[in-house]
Amino acid sequence: MIETKGLRKSYPSGKRGQTVVDAVRGIDLDVQASEIFGFLGPNGAGKTTTLRMLATLIRPDGGEARIAGADLLADPAGVRRRIGYVAQGGGTNDTVTAREELVLQARMYGSGKAEAQRQTEDALKAFDLTEFADRPCRTYSGGQRRRVDIALGVIHSPQVLFLDEPTVGLDPASRSQVWAEIERLRTEGMTVVVTTHYLEEADALCDRVAIVDHGQVVAEGTSEALKREISGDVVLLGVTADESGPAAAALRGQPYLERLEQQGEDSLRLYLDDGATAIPQLLRVLDGAGVVPRTVQLQRPSLDDVFLARTGRSIDQS
Amino acid sequence: MKLARDTWLVFQRQLLLMWRTPIWIAVGVVQPVFYLLLFAPLLKQALIPMGATTYAEAYQIYVPGLLAVLCIFGGLYTGFSLLGELKAGVIERARVTPVSRLALLLGRALREVVALIAQAVIITLLALPFGLRVGPLNLLLAYLLLALLALMTSAISYGIALVLPNDAAMAPVVNTVAQPIALLSGTLLPVALAPMWLQSVAKWNPFYWAVEGMRSLFSDHAGASVVWQGLLVVAVLTTAAVYWSARLFSSRIR
Repeated sequence: MIETKGLRKSYPSGKRGQTVVDAVRGIDLDVQASEIFGFLGPNGAGKTTTLRMLATLIRPDGGEARIAGADLLADPAGVRRRIGYVAQGGGTNDTVTAREELVLQARMYGSGKAEAQRQTEDALKAFDLTEFADRPCRTYSGGQRRRVDIALGVIHSPQVLFLDEPTVGLDPASRSQVWAEIERLRTEGMTVVVTTHYLEEADALCDRVAIVDHGQVVAEGTSEALKREISGDVVLLGVTADESGPAAAALRGQPYLERLEQQGEDSLRLYLDDGATAIPQLLRVLDGAGVVPRTVQLQRPSLDDVFLARTGRSIDQS
Repeated sequence: MKLARDTWLVFQRQLLLMWRTPIWIAVGVVQPVFYLLLFAPLLKQALIPMGATTYAEAYQIYVPGLLAVLCIFGGLYTGFSLLGELKAGVIERARVTPVSRLALLLGRALREVVALIAQAVIITLLALPFGLRVGPLNLLLAYLLLALLALMTSAISYGIALVLPNDAAMAPVVNTVAQPIALLSGTLLPVALAPMWLQSVAKWNPFYWAVEGMRSLFSDHAGASVVWQGLLVVAVLTTAAVYWSARLFSSRIR
């Protein structure tokens, strides 16, 4: 449904634009029809720039892309008819109502008056907006506003929907409501691409995830497959700042340990095959080094561990 | 066809937004009234060197200038409303749809044209009791000139809003552009009162031709060459401004 090759974009920066920031440095994607595809990465990784290029808002400096059969560079108008795009900040006017915005949006996509009314009625029902559809947008809660934004993005039943950070700033209840709407669109056959910097969102919502850092895809696959690449378990050791050095030194040579990362001042992340059997051995080694950990936690690896393994940083620290 | 339809869509929405913000309309009506009632009475004395001996003659010189300055300033400041829409993401939302980019500009600029012409009509009507007399055809021609002026200055203002790297720069830039234009076109006092050097500078200001054309129309000299010259200058500049601004509407990222 979406295929890109070597998509690039750089911006001039600095006072006179003399230096160049490579926002996106060659992105290759292959998104299948009817999947929810996620761009996961820290702020500034190039997720939004990529999305805006695919939505025809900015022209790529290089590379190519086909979206639902239309060529991004040769036929941006064709792309526009096939896609919907919801920016992070939405795009509604405070003084008009959801109904008025939906009708205008449908008409901007070329519908006649009667058809636009019908599409609006359908959208109001599908997204459960009827209750507040005739109040001005400034009176909406964050979750209501987000649902209106998404309804605007799909008023013309596009094949592909791009959502930029769809749940940023929402409370947990509204977040799961938005997730449910996105799932519903997918079951109706839509291909959905979301950007997010929330690990749980990528985990819970996306069929496949591309982990993005510094304008490049550093890993791609289903979240299960990505996590499987990291060895089986993660053991998180809580130690004092003084002890973390000696503890790391003592553990490094152990055969069952695949990798060790310092996390903050007072904890160590150990990647190993089978945490349950390794913990007693770990504790013995630490005991021999005179270290008594304050806490020991056994965890399944998260997408953040994948990010950490590929970039050496955690998403939240970036 | 699509352009006309899309322009009408954008224009309707802009009118609705204006209607929902009545303070805009109130200010739009009150401002010209102030100019007419608080400033114009000074003019009879001031315009004696121009040969104006009665209020009627003074108003014939002053009202066209007032209308022109209204359209120049009103148009140049309209970009501020675009800044708000840019920030709210309204423009970006429209740019993802297949809606005509030229229509995004024209629909907005026409809202401004309609608002400014409405103000011009109010001023003209209010000036009648003071003795202003102008033929209906001349008046229509003058309104056409004003509409073009408003279209041009709005397009320029939207262009500035799209080009500027940050919102805070908008006010100083617009002021710096508007002030010399307004002063050098003799909108409030005719340039004919100015020393020679200032008059020759003014002749390079396209808005000077527009204002002179308006004055000729208001004093019943529709045949004067400055009328068609003014119309021509303004028409050419309007086309250029709309072209420049429409390109920005389709290419700018903000």
